[in-house]
Amino acid sequence: MLAHNLSVVAPELVLAVFAMAALMWGAYSRRRDPSGTILWASVAMLVLAGLFVGFQPEGARTAFDDSFISDGFARFAKVVILFGAAAALAMSGEYLKRTEMLKFEYPVLIVFSVIGMMTMVSAMDLIVLYMGLELQSLSLYVVAAFRRDSLRSTEAGLKYFVLGALSSGLLLYGASLTYGYSGTTAFAGISQAVGEGPLSLGLIFGLVFLAAGIAFKVSAAPFHMWTPDVYEGSPTPVTAFFATAPKAAAAAMFARLLYDAFGGAVSEWQQILAFLSVASMFLGAVAAIGQRNIKRLMAYSSIGHMGYALMGLAAGTEQGAQALLIYIAIYVTMNVGVFAFILNMQRDGKPVTDIGALGLYSRVEPARAAALAVLLFSLAGVPPLVGFFGKFYVLMAAVDAGLIWLAVAGAVASVIGAFYYLRIVYLMYFGEAAPPLEGAMPAMHWALLGGSALAMVLGVVNLFGVETLAASAAATLVQ
Amino acid sequence: MNSLLSLITFLPLIGAVVLLLFLRGDDEAAAKNAKLLALFTTTATLVLSLFVLVGFDPGDTGFQFLEERPWLGGLNYKMGVDGISVLFVMLTTLLMPIVIGASWHVETRVKEYMIAFLMLETLMLGVFCALDLVLFYIFFEGGLIPMFLIIGIWGGKERIYASFKFFLYTFLGSVLMLVAMIAMYMQAGTTDIPKLMDFAFSSETMSVLGITVVGGAQTLMFLAFFASFAVKMPMWPVHTWLPDAHVQAPTAGSVVLAAILLKMGGYGFLRFSLPMFPVGSEVMQDFIFTLSVIAIVYTSLVAMMQEDMKKLIAYSSVAHMGFVTMGIFALNRQGIDGAIFQMLSHGFISGALFLIVGVIYDRMHTREIAAYGGLVVRMPVFALIFMLFTMGNVGLPGTSGFVGEFLTLAGVYQVNTWVAFFAATGVIFSAGYALWLYRRVVFGDLIKESLKTIRDMSRREKLLFAPLVAFTLLLGVYPAVVLDVIGPSVAALIDHSETALAAQATTLAQN
Repeated sequence: MLAHNLSVVAPELVLAVFAMAALMWGAYSRRRDPSGTILWASVAMLVLAGLFVGFQPEGARTAFDDSFISDGFARFAKVVILFGAAAALAMSGEYLKRTEMLKFEYPVLIVFSVIGMMTMVSAMDLIVLYMGLELQSLSLYVVAAFRRDSLRSTEAGLKYFVLGALSSGLLLYGASLTYGYSGTTAFAGISQAVGEGPLSLGLIFGLVFLAAGIAFKVSAAPFHMWTPDVYEGSPTPVTAFFATAPKAAAAAMFARLLYDAFGGAVSEWQQILAFLSVASMFLGAVAAIGQRNIKRLMAYSSIGHMGYALMGLAAGTEQGAQALLIYIAIYVTMNVGVFAFILNMQRDGKPVTDIGALGLYSRVEPARAAALAVLLFSLAGVPPLVGFFGKFYVLMAAVDAGLIWLAVAGAVASVIGAFYYLRIVYLMYFGEAAPPLEGAMPAMHWALLGGSALAMVLGVVNLFGVETLAASAAATLVQ
Repeated sequence: MNSLLSLITFLPLIGAVVLLLFLRGDDEAAAKNAKLLALFTTTATLVLSLFVLVGFDPGDTGFQFLEERPWLGGLNYKMGVDGISVLFVMLTTLLMPIVIGASWHVETRVKEYMIAFLMLETLMLGVFCALDLVLFYIFFEGGLIPMFLIIGIWGGKERIYASFKFFLYTFLGSVLMLVAMIAMYMQAGTTDIPKLMDFAFSSETMSVLGITVVGGAQTLMFLAFFASFAVKMPMWPVHTWLPDAHVQAPTAGSVVLAAILLKMGGYGFLRFSLPMFPVGSEVMQDFIFTLSVIAIVYTSLVAMMQEDMKKLIAYSSVAHMGFVTMGIFALNRQGIDGAIFQMLSHGFISGALFLIVGVIYDRMHTREIAAYGGLVVRMPVFALIFMLFTMGNVGLPGTSGFVGEFLTLAGVYQVNTWVAFFAATGVIFSAGYALWLYRRVVFGDLIKESLKTIRDMSRREKLLFAPLVAFTLLLGVYPAVVLDVIGPSVAALIDHSETALAAQATTLAQN
């Protein structure tokens, strides 16, 4: 039995052992600084784990009394998380070295948070879910404040911690209510309790508090307040990480909880999700218009994108889950590229975040500007770029579920949102010239930026098969 | 030759990729090569498209040159042309070499310029060939990206405002269409355009937010498509992006915009609105007539007061597009034949007029009408060509402009005399602004010092106008070349729409 349990959690286990070993190595190493080696070893481990999870045989396997599951849905989400995290970590190496922030704790903390995320998406029990969430969050609080001597960074860490603790509190309160009214923390048991006729008031309250707690983590409006400040204050590689893997993990966990535990009460949570979705889409679109700081702008952009992802969830159907998975996969790919670009916005060795600095950038670095332009058009959802397909699938799920008003609202919000993405394109191609940013982009950043932009263009052929993969993954979630 | 249409559509894109990857350097030689390669690619596309025209059988009202491959789940990559679309494909392939030729003097970022235009050609051809809703949408929307960059990078002073206005206006219209497309997919279970044409979408009266909607889902979907096509067309009152975009776009951009991009709206009405929502079309007929007549009369009056030549022609385009929408929604043979004819004819005439403005703009760097006068003295050839296209714009018999206007008016007259009456005044107004423009620019005394050294058209410029002149006259004298091709398809379209309406009437009678 134990052997079976351990084989199900093997990827998490291996990563955890690796992370602890790396921690020891870093702490006790007397020779030269091992930080760089640990960072690249972590990247390699994440990629390997991603490949391992990706090529695992089909079918669902559970462990620890059905409190942990490895099914198609979890595997899809884990692959996105692992590759997203690996990309974010790979691009932080150069930057951290340049700004003299490279410490061995950084990759170790990232790996720990990734283990947390993997647990989140596999959780079939409220306690496991909470464990995963806290492992992830605590690591993230620390990396947010990673630049210890910077006021902004410590402020970001503290803000994130306080608001994160509040959201964890909400989530725990919801979990305890759910436990109280269903008598169990296992999703299977909750689902059974939910299936027995109309939902009791306690369960509804539990559901609402759980949803509110997770909405904090996915930074959906109106629980988004921490996002812009944390994005702005954190060191840029950390922001890049925040914008990719944790978002995907939280969204997938949201889906897991709603479908597997509260799958019998779709009509109850559909309204909540639809509201979160509309509010996020419009807030993300409108609030970003006034932003000049590209990191804050990306924060609002991520709020908006989460709104679209939640639209898929609001549909409450298998198609909705598929749309959500496609959306987060595309979203993570786009953000990796955009942040690879942002990491290289610097002048005199100092990071620049004002978008005005991109004035006529296409004259200075035509290839880089073109790649970013492709990504921005893709973020705006203009066909034929892949970002369009993300929107297309969530809109399709929403219309299919009868939420036409939500689809129309999403369509309108995407037009408002297009404005600020276009503004960056405008600055780069026909804005006013700014003192040029410095050249020389590391090969790794080039690979990520170029690869991500190229994927956005070539994906129109068949989306690299993500569509069918997501479909079969969603089928395992909704039974 | 089963993949001829794909080849035509993607050949310009291949040219663009070659330019992107293999052309290096910023010197004059590289610029020259970029221009030559672009010219070569567009010409090759034109030659290939001639095979389509030759192989096209007008008697067959179905789609020809079909290609179908599975794409993303549920969607298909499907291409094909029928009598309605084949001539738009030809119009596009014919105009693109001219457009490239007209850009010979561009000096800033030549390579990117040519890439943008080649990509645009692929996307425009795709719009006319696509037979899958989502594929159509991708081509339709994708055109925004190159156009945004073309206006923004190579445009005039107010280019930033114009490019944003262009993008956001058209984007808003289109995303609503996307939602309607998804709703259609959900209802019919397919995105295949020929199948959707035969699918009867529900037209039961329903109530939305307390408002009774006659024609039900059909009317709502019609409105969503209308939001997109009306902006593209553009119809009054959503036409305001057009004058801004035109004035700020470079000459070649204006030509593409006026001659081809505007036709996508009309094409959309014919391909989607009429066959798929016959009931919705009938319900909204009067509404469209009203907008069209306002467009014709109001924008003609506005055109008269313009001081900028390009703006004047842009407003006259809106007026001419008013004839098109009016003709389409007359829902009879003359009206729709006339509308298609008018679109093709407008493609040649307005394209030529923008090129004419480009000719003198290149010399004087101003588009203000007041800056010119007496050009006939120094530029007799220019004056002659300008005269021909002014007459075409007015709708003088013998030019293609006449046939289109006459047919649409004849079609509308059978449906609604008052609409025809008011629209006919537009013909008079158009004579007013076009002739007045001509008089102020070409006649009078050559008193302006700066104009005394202006030179007549070069051989390259004359060559560019030759095909446009030929087609304007040919279509004016012998319209059957077009009408024979579009006729059977249009007749089938009307039959289809009438059957659907009759079926709807019987179900109503039964209830």
